[in-house]
Amino acid sequence: MQTLLTGKVLVVGDNVDTDIIYPGRFLELTDHKQIGSHCLAGISEDIAPSFPKGGIVVAGRNFGCGSSREHAPIALINMGAGAVLADSFARIFFRNGINLGLPLIVCKGISQRVKDGQTLTVDIDSGRVCVEETGEVLQSEPLGDKAMEILQAGGIKPLMRRRYQRS
Amino acid sequence: MHAIEKILAKNSGRASVRAGEIVTAKVDFAEINDLYLQTVTSFYEMGGETVWDNTRAAFVFDHYAPCPTIKTAENHQAMREFAKKNDLRYHFDINTGVCHQVMAEAGVIYPGMIVVATDSHTTTHGAFGALGTGCGATDMACILLSGEMWFRVPEIIEVRLDGQPPVGVYPKDVVLTVLGKLRADGAVYKAIDFTGSYIDSLDVPGRMTICNMAVEMGAKTAYMQPNDAVLAYVKDRAVRPFEVMHTDEDFVYAESHLFDVSAMEPVLACPHSVDNVHPISRIEPQGIELNQGYIGSCTNGRTSDIAQAAAILKGRRIPKFARLIVVPASAAVLQECMDKGYIQTLIDAGATLVSPGCAACLGTHEGILAPGEVCITSTNRNFCGRMGSNRASLYLASPATVAASLLNGRITDPRRYLTRKES
Repeated sequence: MQTLLTGKVLVVGDNVDTDIIYPGRFLELTDHKQIGSHCLAGISEDIAPSFPKGGIVVAGRNFGCGSSREHAPIALINMGAGAVLADSFARIFFRNGINLGLPLIVCKGISQRVKDGQTLTVDIDSGRVCVEETGEVLQSEPLGDKAMEILQAGGIKPLMRRRYQRS
Repeated sequence: MHAIEKILAKNSGRASVRAGEIVTAKVDFAEINDLYLQTVTSFYEMGGETVWDNTRAAFVFDHYAPCPTIKTAENHQAMREFAKKNDLRYHFDINTGVCHQVMAEAGVIYPGMIVVATDSHTTTHGAFGALGTGCGATDMACILLSGEMWFRVPEIIEVRLDGQPPVGVYPKDVVLTVLGKLRADGAVYKAIDFTGSYIDSLDVPGRMTICNMAVEMGAKTAYMQPNDAVLAYVKDRAVRPFEVMHTDEDFVYAESHLFDVSAMEPVLACPHSVDNVHPISRIEPQGIELNQGYIGSCTNGRTSDIAQAAAILKGRRIPKFARLIVVPASAAVLQECMDKGYIQTLIDAGATLVSPGCAACLGTHEGILAPGEVCITSTNRNFCGRMGSNRASLYLASPATVAASLLNGRITDPRRYLTRKES
């Protein structure tokens, strides 16, 4: 797993639910690239096509609340998001994202300190988050051991493959 | 320990657990709904061959029942093949209803168990003293491989509900009132134990409505100590022996919130947030005009919910340009509502009957809203775009408030149509 991430920021608000991240009308899709093309369509269909590869989504409280749809983190990853930083995450979304290897980092107050288009550098190991344009440094909360174990393996699939795939 | 902790301890082979610990627990029943072909894909990607126990996993085809597009039909086709290949004992196809209702009816839900489903509203099963929690597709694939899931033992919040409700106040009003106070992230990563004299005497459908909405506060799971109504319900249905867990006298909750149900009034959650809750006395004078009403879902699509609407609509008719969509939560609910004459009453009133399932609750089909339209609904989420256009508005309410409002063409206090007997 890459532990030092740098990317352009997209800022969204509090309680961004999984219907906003991935509206219900697209739930029938199963191709991950197609799913990624509709990411954040609940805000605007124009976000995903122009999202920079490795970009970082920054949110307020309770990001990913609502439906358990795994399409939400699949969409974020396939839109090109390298990580999501938020004041807090909803539980099912957090599990889904970590399972797929998407770094989800709790960093209180981050959405007030950074603007759309600015650049963040995130060190997952130390928890140091830096806004490049202002030089401001924030300290994020550590991921739990279990979440870190899954993330370091590149997601739950490689971990489970090791246990269950016949060689 | 709390009953929830005892369930986690039992299923993880430990004498005790405490909040914050990570445990790996056996799952007693796993349910996959029809949004999640990804579960099958992830299962094979991880080296899966056959499901760990063909008597403990099932599909429920509820979100696309019946299929609205070729793609959803292909997804169902692939899931049916997987169910056949694994010889799954239980299979709930498009003729059954919403997963949380049909699982309870089939007896695969009972006190003291762990049920995990690819649906956030799995908290519903706290109504039966079970530990129910939602997960995503790949988490579910891990369960299908191993029969287990890792859990962080949650802190437990008590929501104590005492007193009996006034006329016109239903379980939906009660839980929306709680949601308005605790807010949409009030219980993230935590469990909610609903206690108090109101819960002790509440029937099974009402308990399911309240536990269902616990996830709208972010809760990992919900719990209610089983009462006589629950035990009577599961007695003839439960497919396995079960053990009712009890919370120890000395258990200390992380938080306690007290509510007096007798002082509550009908409420609505206004656009576009589940915790934007206001009493109807404040909203009704605004004269908010409606295009659609919706009665159904795993929250409020049971017989008693449809009865609330029928009592108000009997002998009356909705306005010419309004639509009232009615979606029974299951085929059994539909049958019971037909037998009791509710369906006839609703059809006579101008309602549109949709086959049991999730229908328009999540904006996939059967009642989608156009830009600028306003809908009052007995479902669980009023997020922007949830039932169609991003520019439509949703108000969450009890089935009685939905019926009274549609009848009047604008948001209306159901107490205008209720006598004490009807409520």
